[in-house]
Amino acid sequence: MVDLSTTYLGLKLKNPLVASASPLTEKVENMRRLEEAGVSAVVMHSLFEEQIIHESLELDHFLNQGTETFAEALSYLPSAGKFTLSPESYVETVRKARKAVGIPVIGSLNGVSSGGWIHYAKKIEDAGADALELNLYYLPTDANLTSTAIEDNYVRLVSDIRAQVKIPIAVKLSPFFTALPNFARRLAEAGANGLVLFNRFYQPDLDLEALEVAPNLVLSTSNELRLPLRWIAILYGKVEVDFALTSGVHTAEDMIKAVMAGANVAMTTSALLLHGLPQASKMLEGVQKWMTEREYSSIQQMRGSMSQGAVAEPAAFERANYMKVLNSFNPNAK
Amino acid sequence: MTKQLVNMDGNEATAYVAHRTNEVIAIYPITPSSTMGELADEWSAQKRPNLWGTIPLVVEMQSEGGASGAVHGALQAGALTTTFTASQGLLLMIPNMFKIAGELTSTVFHVSARSLACQALSIFGDHSDVMAVRGTGFGLLASNSVQEAHDAALIAQAAALESRVPFVHFFDGFRTSSEVNKIELIDDETIRAMIPMEYVQEHRARGLSPDRPVLRGTAQNPDVYFQGRETVNPFYAVCPDIVQKHMDKFAKLSGRSYHLFDYVGAPDAERIIVVMGSGAETAGETARYLVERGEKVGVIVVRLYRPFSIEHFIKVLPKTVKTIAVLDRTKEPGAAGEPLYVDVIAALKEGSALNPKVIGGRYGLSSKEFTPAMAKAVFDEMSKPAPKNHFMVGINDDVTHNSLDYDPAFSIESPETVRCVFWGLGADGTVGANKNSIKIIGEETSNYSQGYFVYDSKKSGGNTISHLRFGPKPIRSPYLISQAQFVACHQFSFLERFDVLKYAMPGAVFLLNSLYGPEEVWDHLPRETQQGILDKKLRFYVINAYNVAEATGMGTRINTIMQTCFFAISGVLPREQAIEEIKKSIKKTYGRRGEAVVQQNFQAVDMTLANLHEVKVTGKVNSTITRRPAVPAEAPEYVREVLGKIISLQGDDVPVSAMPVDGTFPTGTTQWEKRNISLEIPEWVPDLCIQCGKCVFVCPHAVIRAKVYEPSHLEGAPATFKSLEAKFKEFPGTRYTIQVAPEDCTGCALCVEICPAKDKTQVGRKALNMVEQPPLREQEVHNWNYFLNIPDVDRAALNLRTLKNTQLLEPLFEFSGACGGCGETPYIKLLSQLFGDRILVANATGCSSIYGANLPTTPYTFNKDGRGPAWSNSLFEDNAEFGMGFRLTLDKQGEYARELLPHLAPIIGDQLVTALLTTDQTNEAGLKTQRENVALLKQRLQGQSDPRAHDLLSLADVLVRKSVWILGGDGWAYDIGYGGLDHVLASGRDVNLLVLDTEVYSNTGGQSSKSTPRAAVAKFAAQGKGMPKKDLGLIAMAYGYVYVARVAMGASDQQTLNAFLEADAYQGPSIIIAYSHCIAHGIDMSKGLEQQKLAVQSGYWPLYRYNPLLLAEGKNPLTLDSKEPSIPLEQYAYNETRYKMLVKSDEDRAEALIQLAQRDVKARWEYYKHMASQTFEESGND
Repeated sequence: MVDLSTTYLGLKLKNPLVASASPLTEKVENMRRLEEAGVSAVVMHSLFEEQIIHESLELDHFLNQGTETFAEALSYLPSAGKFTLSPESYVETVRKARKAVGIPVIGSLNGVSSGGWIHYAKKIEDAGADALELNLYYLPTDANLTSTAIEDNYVRLVSDIRAQVKIPIAVKLSPFFTALPNFARRLAEAGANGLVLFNRFYQPDLDLEALEVAPNLVLSTSNELRLPLRWIAILYGKVEVDFALTSGVHTAEDMIKAVMAGANVAMTTSALLLHGLPQASKMLEGVQKWMTEREYSSIQQMRGSMSQGAVAEPAAFERANYMKVLNSFNPNAK
Repeated sequence: MTKQLVNMDGNEATAYVAHRTNEVIAIYPITPSSTMGELADEWSAQKRPNLWGTIPLVVEMQSEGGASGAVHGALQAGALTTTFTASQGLLLMIPNMFKIAGELTSTVFHVSARSLACQALSIFGDHSDVMAVRGTGFGLLASNSVQEAHDAALIAQAAALESRVPFVHFFDGFRTSSEVNKIELIDDETIRAMIPMEYVQEHRARGLSPDRPVLRGTAQNPDVYFQGRETVNPFYAVCPDIVQKHMDKFAKLSGRSYHLFDYVGAPDAERIIVVMGSGAETAGETARYLVERGEKVGVIVVRLYRPFSIEHFIKVLPKTVKTIAVLDRTKEPGAAGEPLYVDVIAALKEGSALNPKVIGGRYGLSSKEFTPAMAKAVFDEMSKPAPKNHFMVGINDDVTHNSLDYDPAFSIESPETVRCVFWGLGADGTVGANKNSIKIIGEETSNYSQGYFVYDSKKSGGNTISHLRFGPKPIRSPYLISQAQFVACHQFSFLERFDVLKYAMPGAVFLLNSLYGPEEVWDHLPRETQQGILDKKLRFYVINAYNVAEATGMGTRINTIMQTCFFAISGVLPREQAIEEIKKSIKKTYGRRGEAVVQQNFQAVDMTLANLHEVKVTGKVNSTITRRPAVPAEAPEYVREVLGKIISLQGDDVPVSAMPVDGTFPTGTTQWEKRNISLEIPEWVPDLCIQCGKCVFVCPHAVIRAKVYEPSHLEGAPATFKSLEAKFKEFPGTRYTIQVAPEDCTGCALCVEICPAKDKTQVGRKALNMVEQPPLREQEVHNWNYFLNIPDVDRAALNLRTLKNTQLLEPLFEFSGACGGCGETPYIKLLSQLFGDRILVANATGCSSIYGANLPTTPYTFNKDGRGPAWSNSLFEDNAEFGMGFRLTLDKQGEYARELLPHLAPIIGDQLVTALLTTDQTNEAGLKTQRENVALLKQRLQGQSDPRAHDLLSLADVLVRKSVWILGGDGWAYDIGYGGLDHVLASGRDVNLLVLDTEVYSNTGGQSSKSTPRAAVAKFAAQGKGMPKKDLGLIAMAYGYVYVARVAMGASDQQTLNAFLEADAYQGPSIIIAYSHCIAHGIDMSKGLEQQKLAVQSGYWPLYRYNPLLLAEGKNPLTLDSKEPSIPLEQYAYNETRYKMLVKSDEDRAEALIQLAQRDVKARWEYYKHMASQTFEESGND
């Protein structure tokens, strides 16, 4: 019997398949179903900084709109006794989820500034979250803003949150960093226990009919595995943190590749949205079958076995590799 | 026990007691009582229990008639039951009130007394409504202030239970119902002591139960009815003593003493005013003031008006009295005198040997101010040898010359009272901030406080004036401030429009929100303001509140900023403490909306002081700016002299002679009220325009218009006048212009949102873009005036089935005071474009009657031939029937005119008779011909001696086809007016009903109707509406012969147009149910059209037309005009606060309801699809 167990952020997990932050992990009932399907931990959907701030301002705006203007209608909506805004509701969901499932529940915060909103890290911890995933994503559109300034800001934010909570912190990153290994190390030094590579975003599309920008989310494919795979393979052993590979994990093979590159866990959402929750068990069965057939005894044994430091040709992960691909390309091939 | 002092208004003070002491509450919205129902509903939704620990059951009914029926039933079954109402609402309860009193049933109806609709509707306060129920057998107990309303609500409840006489507890609408005052809250022990359980049990024991069966409500005959009616006498006889007993008991418990009649003034008074309601406070304070100065005057304050106790009245009347003036806040045309006057005379005659002179007078109708100066005028009048009787005070009656003169400068204000007046813009939060300040001062200091707020009758861009008093003694001054120590103007542009400083007393502080700093502001003030500051030696401060608001992300809400300035300057509290209290109050007010709002307001407070500056007034009057006239000089005289006065807030000075005798006003007057309320207006880019007309179609205010015209009309056009070659096949070689009325635009941006034409090199730029108004104002005013003078196209030349063509038609509904971006008005405007020159409009009371006809100006207008909509409003409940009455007259008179024609053929000529009888009037060309025929007819009838010719002459116009349009909101159509609406549809008459469906009672602040959708929150449905929306269209379709359409202009403008044309053409009843996005939905109003689209895409609002004419063609009459639902309901609903707030207040219920609502959508779609797919035979409608 192969040992599928792994550790991630100091948590002992029964296998390396974790449900990533998505609408799937918004409700307690879904988290329970994910546990049944076999995943070893869930990362809850993200609580966004903008959501925390704007929801409050938006509610205030619309409850105020048109009020105290016209004698017959001094307001237009009843004044509800108490509102449970998303942050409170989120914290409550963490509490409920913690009770409802046996697997670790990882809270998720998404934001970039060190404002009052980061107090929610503490609230999430207090509600019983086993760890916190911090999703950092800022799109710099200001030509005067340097990469150093952005990275410094991120590092400061991780330190601030580290100071708030005792539970492990994983930092989820985009792939768009000039010097990822250095930055990864700085995050580790600031207190990150793990890195989640990489975030996928709603990318704007252009609607040619309406001539409007139309953001939409396209589910990932296995092809997208390559990018995080490469970077985990490179970072493994260089930065002393745990790694979660996310983006493009659809099959047992994808999971195995993730672990071999150095990931402690592989995270997925798209596969489960595409094929339903039972896909989780199929993936896990596939991993087990593959390992059995090839006589691997444990995930631990496999982990990092194909990282940059472990392979025969470390350069294969570097730029030379690009030339090789090009050279192997035959335009006349049929 | 420590006294709990709180700040609340009269409605809340009353509802507090009513909710504590009842089990069942049946409600229905009507201004100004709606707040009581809203609070009761919210408290029950929040699980607040009554005195006995159970949560009162609050139920909204379909009308006040319905509410009183439900109250009657609940009482008969033994529950402690109450209701709240006012005005016409109380009138609708009269039948049940006779029953409830006749059956000696204990209850209290709480009434915020309001004017009745007579020559005009008025939402404001007087006693016309309660006086109209004085014959019902209900006791009438008046309370005169907020504290008294709180106390009397309990005294009435106790007295009703013991005496079995039901009570109306009333207080003055607005003046008391909406005045915020510091009061002492009645604790539960007191309430419990006042309402002993045995009363409750006796009441229950009288309830109907099959366990002890009885029968109540028999029919009686001449033999015994009379005797039966007289059985109640002993109960009425002891009732006054019972009331006094409970007043005395309450005095012991609370320390506040009341009597059936209270006397205030000199014990040896010779001149006495008798009065009830808030006016009694003013009269009483004035009497005290005059007595201190040696005058022998006094006031009898009437509290228990019915049953009227002569004995108690005579007991308080000083024997020294020589003259009595009885003041009535009502009018009974044709009566010997107003009711209280007549009662006082009867009381004196019957109960006293005294024989004073008694005069009666009217005051304060529709919340007309009643000031100490007016009270003094009444006392003075009594000193005259021949005082006027049946006088009026407070107005200038230059017709019968029976009004009293008074000295407006007379004032009795205590020097200890701080008086402040704040001018705010509707949406800037001024009133809210002032309510907060009152709370802070009232609750954090030993000061007493009072706040009263005056609002504009426009729903967009209006002004508010807040009157605040603070002082060490209870404030009993129910009238506006005239001499304030602090005047704040939160909107710079008001200086150009109003006499803002008229409220400032010499040496007062003047705070101005100004874009200009302390060094430069002086030169930007109008001359009148400069003069006022100098004459009154005002201390002048400026703050650039918009800068602070912008820096803190608060947009145009400057409430917190101005409030901070007020505390910083006024010194009502030490500055540090004030700031701390403001922050505490911010936390309390906004805390539950989230930390971000709190922080934002904190930041605004912190930034304010650095931006507040005192202006060193050393300057002279040097401004080149003067206050603008309310209307332009070229306006008609009536508009200038009367409406202009109202616009500039001087309506109180309009004399009786200037008012129409029967409530009839000219139309077309909004055009003169250039309000300039928007800082942004759309700018047209001709090169990009595709001439679709959609912008014109959706504009709620008719400020953007299109014309097609001969190029020659461009000769002499202003240089900036824009045009391009017209693309209309009907008009080759012509030019096209889209023009905006810059001073009338509300800046709602719906036109920009709908504009489909985008710049190919920069898609964010459209053929219309919002730009700053001030730089364009002057130029565009010239262009607009030029545009108006270009002739309109010939209606007969247009194909009206094409949207772009219809948008060349002149709108005869323009510049209404509706909310910016209103979802209702585009439909009315379309109606006016298509048929406005030949329609009669019956308008149910509601938003559409208010923006349609609230003075000063009216948006319905007329064309160059003088034709336009003729409009009237009867009531809320009877609008369908009212409109049907129009039709009956048209039908009858049309028939008679056609009968007369052949008889007069020798005069008229056979050919013309035939033409008049047979001209096809189903199109514009035919209508034009018929108008020419009628003109000829009139010519030929002129001067004829045959009396039938005279008859026909007076009826001739009816021979041109007229349409009747019956307009109203969902409150009317689905609820209060539904019975009549159903009857009118069933009648088969040729009327058109347009339901402007906002899914709530919008005009009264968003109460739930039967149109409110499941899962949405509304007032009276604070827990989210659990039942689905009533399908009015489906019910109408069931008749088979009614034209029915459901439209949403934002989803399909063409379908909307088709529906209007078909409804008008159909010669039977038609009903159009029009989706009208509304501010009460809690949406960004500029996205209203997008929401309409989503409503249709989600299947929530399927578009259809049911045209009975198709049956004759063997076709299915139902056409579904929208596609299968393509998005989930949530995608539409959760853009709106009304749905979203339930998720935040009760997530589980929200989820359950939205799922049910989604199921409703699916089921309804399937049902409609099935209906629409039936073959004619199967549809069963043959």
